[in-house]
Amino acid sequence: MTSTSLNKKMKLSGRTFREYATAYLFIAPWLIGLLAFTLWPFLHSFYLSFMKADIVNVQFAGLQNFKEMFFEDDRFIKSMGVTIKFVLLSVPLKLAFALFVAVLLEKGIRGMSVYRTAYYLPSLIGGSVAAAVMWRKMFGLDGLLNSFLALFGIEGKEWLGHPDHALNLLVLLVVWQFGSSMVIFIAGLKNVPNELYEASMIDGAGKVRTFFHVTLPMLSPIILFNLILQTIGSFQVFTQGYIITQGGPMDETNFAVLYIYELAFRFMRLGYASAMSWVLLFVIALVSGILFFTSRFWVFYENK
Amino acid sequence: MFNIKFKAVSKHIFLIIFGIIMIYPILWLFLSSFKENSEIFSATSFLPKAWRLENYVNGWNSVPGFTFGTFFVNSLILVFLIVIGSIISTTMAAYPFARLNFPFKKLLFAILMGTLMLPGQILLIPRYLLFTKLEWINSIKPMTVPAFLGQVSGAFFIYLMIQFMRGIPKELDEASIMDGCGHIRIFWNVMLPNCKPAIFTVGIFAFIWSWDNFLDQLLYLNDVRKYTVALALRMFMDNAAQINWGSLFAMSFLSVLPCLLIFAFAQKYFVEGIATTGLK
Repeated sequence: MTSTSLNKKMKLSGRTFREYATAYLFIAPWLIGLLAFTLWPFLHSFYLSFMKADIVNVQFAGLQNFKEMFFEDDRFIKSMGVTIKFVLLSVPLKLAFALFVAVLLEKGIRGMSVYRTAYYLPSLIGGSVAAAVMWRKMFGLDGLLNSFLALFGIEGKEWLGHPDHALNLLVLLVVWQFGSSMVIFIAGLKNVPNELYEASMIDGAGKVRTFFHVTLPMLSPIILFNLILQTIGSFQVFTQGYIITQGGPMDETNFAVLYIYELAFRFMRLGYASAMSWVLLFVIALVSGILFFTSRFWVFYENK
Repeated sequence: MFNIKFKAVSKHIFLIIFGIIMIYPILWLFLSSFKENSEIFSATSFLPKAWRLENYVNGWNSVPGFTFGTFFVNSLILVFLIVIGSIISTTMAAYPFARLNFPFKKLLFAILMGTLMLPGQILLIPRYLLFTKLEWINSIKPMTVPAFLGQVSGAFFIYLMIQFMRGIPKELDEASIMDGCGHIRIFWNVMLPNCKPAIFTVGIFAFIWSWDNFLDQLLYLNDVRKYTVALALRMFMDNAAQINWGSLFAMSFLSVLPCLLIFAFAQKYFVEGIATTGLK
């Protein structure tokens, strides 16, 4: 009796052991990659931010990098400023457009797939070099916008070379790509129970009231999720600034990652650039944290 | 009655006009790729006077000593490897999280979700140093090897796969266990066939994102012979900008064509993929 139960236990633990072994076998590639290409670089970057370093030499610098950044480097302050401005403009606008069109494309509307395709296409190619080429030629001196304005006798300018307009045009390029968020919202709207809309109609609420009292609360968890992901992504804007405006004019589009790239790979100031990427990480974490924290006042969870 | 109809029609009119504004830039790029320089920037001509292919021929041969064929092959090899690597590593990693028990499962899952949110910019410099030490610079290895180890948007893809696998009825596994199958057989015979839609989604997004991943390509590929389409296009734009916009537009259009084609043929997976995980 005891021997069989012991046997059974051993067999069971043999099976459990085999399950563990299989599990680790399956996650092994990811785990190795995680250690080598994510966790180790993450720690190394932290270490570098207290160093004065190029590709070969590394020298301890204490807090010197951070001191330089905040007290001596005006370009850094400007770069963080334009990045934050870019995020504050592009993320809310993008999500507002996405939500607005998603609500218009309500369930069962005719031509849904055609509309969805048209609105999604910019998201598909918006981040490419081709889109950058396009933007440069639409808003350049001899560009499409100016030749259009010329029809009305208005003299054009180099819009992308103008300190007041360059950043806004890059914001426009990002807002133009609201389609991917729209698709997420459309999927979210499908899950709002019809009864809620019916009840709201019976209560005599109009479309606007229904939107604010039914649609928006029901969608708020998805909005929060999008808000955070888009914020994290927006803070790291690079390609558009690099190709379209090269950070100019007068550093008006010298986004944080652009500046980090320049410092690290043109001036080989790897320690200083690492320190800067930690400051950027801190800002991103802070903003995401604030969004998370305030979410309990505006995000509505059904099961609560 | 009339009022309701009027509202519906005006909504459609708005959606159509706004939709045209949205795709106008893409349409303009496409149509301009057939035009002469003088024609491109005149606001009055929308359609090209003649559908000339000259721009495509000139653009294709615009980089001395190379054709865009080389760059397309380079891009396709790079992207193909990333797609294959991502599919293999992320389906494998997702299976234990979805179905098995193992020590530190909760901790590892928390780390996975942490890397999902981790801004990639923080890894830029140390990864570059690591790849310099490994002597991988000026090759595609800094982009392909991490893909085979689930580190190119890996957290997103693994999360997507886990979500999908959790939706597969457990009875299917149990039936296989009754038949005496081990975990590996279950993965191969039950999970993989049922995960096809999710695998497609991972493949499609891996394709689109790595095709467009300009920053990594810029950092790691220095030799024109190894240039991808995105890098070649950037070089073309900087060198020949003033000379012939038509051919630059022609190559720009060709550069986004693979993504457009994939979208056209696999729209369903796009929509599902975006909707289930909130990807990009």
